[in-house]
Amino acid sequence: MRTAVSVELPLLECRGVSKCFGAVQALWDVDFSVSRGEVVALVGDNGAGKSTLVKIISGIYQPDSGGFSFDGQPGTIRNPHDAVARGISTVYQDLALCDNLDAVANLFLGREWTRGVRLSKSQMEKRAVELLDSLQIRLPSVHSPVASLSGGQRQSVAVARAVLSETARVVLLDEPTAALGVSQTKMVLDLVRTLREKGHGVVLISHNLAEVVGVADRIVVLRLGRNAAEFRRGASSSAIVAAITGADVAILAEQSELSPQPLNQGGSGGSLD
Amino acid sequence: MRGSATAVTSGRTAHGVLGLGAVGTLRRRIGQGDVGSLPIVVGLAVIWIFFQTQNSNFLTPRNLTDLLLQMTITATVATGIVLVLLLGEIDLSVGSIVGLSSAIIGVLLVSNHVPLWLAVGVALLVALAIGSAQGAIAAYVGVPTFVVTLAGMLGWLGVQLWVLGTTGSLNVDDPAVTFLFTSYLPPALGWLAAIVVMAAYAGERVNSNRQRQRLGLSIEPWHKLLVRPALVGLVILIPVAVLNTWRGVPVAVVTMLLLVGALHLLLTETTFGRHVFAVGGNAEAARRAGISVARIQITIFAICAVLAAIAGFMSVSRSLGASTQTGSGTLLLEAIAAGVIGGTSLFGGRGSVWSAPLGALVMASLANGLDLTGQPPDIKYVVEMVVLLVAVTIDAMTRRSRARSGR
Repeated sequence: MRTAVSVELPLLECRGVSKCFGAVQALWDVDFSVSRGEVVALVGDNGAGKSTLVKIISGIYQPDSGGFSFDGQPGTIRNPHDAVARGISTVYQDLALCDNLDAVANLFLGREWTRGVRLSKSQMEKRAVELLDSLQIRLPSVHSPVASLSGGQRQSVAVARAVLSETARVVLLDEPTAALGVSQTKMVLDLVRTLREKGHGVVLISHNLAEVVGVADRIVVLRLGRNAAEFRRGASSSAIVAAITGADVAILAEQSELSPQPLNQGGSGGSLD
Repeated sequence: MRGSATAVTSGRTAHGVLGLGAVGTLRRRIGQGDVGSLPIVVGLAVIWIFFQTQNSNFLTPRNLTDLLLQMTITATVATGIVLVLLLGEIDLSVGSIVGLSSAIIGVLLVSNHVPLWLAVGVALLVALAIGSAQGAIAAYVGVPTFVVTLAGMLGWLGVQLWVLGTTGSLNVDDPAVTFLFTSYLPPALGWLAAIVVMAAYAGERVNSNRQRQRLGLSIEPWHKLLVRPALVGLVILIPVAVLNTWRGVPVAVVTMLLLVGALHLLLTETTFGRHVFAVGGNAEAARRAGISVARIQITIFAICAVLAAIAGFMSVSRSLGASTQTGSGTLLLEAIAAGVIGGTSLFGGRGSVWSAPLGALVMASLANGLDLTGQPPDIKYVVEMVVLLVAVTIDAMTRRSRARSGR
């Protein structure tokens, strides 16, 4: 640690998280954190433990050991409900949208506003329009079924859904651009930047190193269930690839030296775990 | 981004029914696979014009009254079927539930001399229990509703025969029962009801527009705002005018329309209704959003069964009794066909309860018209087959074009 003082405690921090499924050790003593207004990319090969970590953070799995803290306060996530209560929401690859409903209905699905027994359609629409505008998401119409939207627009609606609640703080995006074309991908990455500007912590799980390098403030590499390396913005793709694949340690060391110097806020760029 | 995406706030533009943008709106909706009830309205017009040219008695007030009374029971059963179709499920037991509830009402009234309200209450409660049980088995055990309700179709028919016992058929001539199919609204009351519905709808739209304006949302101009209430008004006032020249609006038809209207409000204005569409569109997404899919499914199957029991009462009223034949035959099939012909998708999540009376009206018009023109019943079934095939073909095709435009 070059600079010991961090300006702000992370929104979410996991320390020493381990998880095994039967004989398979999926995660070994993994540390992870995300701060206000920070985009953290979580990368790694298949089976590196990315999904397991995401599912632990979103409350689907319980870690065997390790703990969480929120703004520096220790706490637990025992189920998905806890995660939501902590302001953590996850957008999975399949988006979980109802294609036959419009954007407003999807945004409010399961938490509709009502007056008496009656849906407050206008109020929900107003909030939806405000939210979409603030995220700079443009849709042809908030009244057409989301089936008629493009892939990027659908992804945007799913992300907006994750931050609809005033208490939303951390958004986990699981492969948000995997199924998208170039311009659609740009739309979603712009949205990620907007979320960062609005002060959300964003965790981006991705296979696409180019986009990760372009948007992430920090890149956490998992390999075989352990923290393999951590890079700051601007790290070279080859160094990250080496960390992902576990290339020869000497090469890896050399690579990480080649990578640009770490930024000033805590941690050292390219360090090996 | 596709095309020139305008700002989200301009969303309301797609909503006009008439007006300048209507043709473009229509083309867009066909392209996106959201044609709704449009083909059916066109189809109905064609059928009516055709039969009118074949037999000038077809569009007389007297025949139209008969036609509406013919469709009422099917429409009531079909309304339940539409709810189930919205979930992407099916209920094959409704015919047997119609039969069973008519048997219960008949036996309690005639053999046991219980008061009418109690007989009907028992029939409705039995149906409620049956529907809930069928829905629960499907939801919790995971048996496809096709199979659960197929079992129900056989089982409740058995119970119906058992309830009727050796008598086989019962005659009910209690005026409190037959009232439903022998009474008509006085002309003035018919007019009043039509005007109240129209005014309430217009008022609601104006109100909602005012609220949208207060919230800074896009609003519709006056001429557009009142087009739909005006259309609805025509759709109500013209039939009332025609029926009033004969005996008036049949009470049975009004009852059915009140049921459909209430369910329409349940589906479009409440959280429950929103969740029904969500489960029908993507059950997994609904579950992840915290919606209890099982609760929705059980409730819908219960409502469907209760509607069938109401249809059972109607059928006692219409045929002046209950018999082993009540609810059998093609009632179930016609109810399913009516829902689909009326424009509700077989694939779940798209449709409206108004499909049921619309589809039933088409089926009844065909049957009635073919009778009037002296065609034998064999022709009727073949024609119904063609109409049903056309309807499901439109459903499947629009679904495909939805998949294309939806990417």
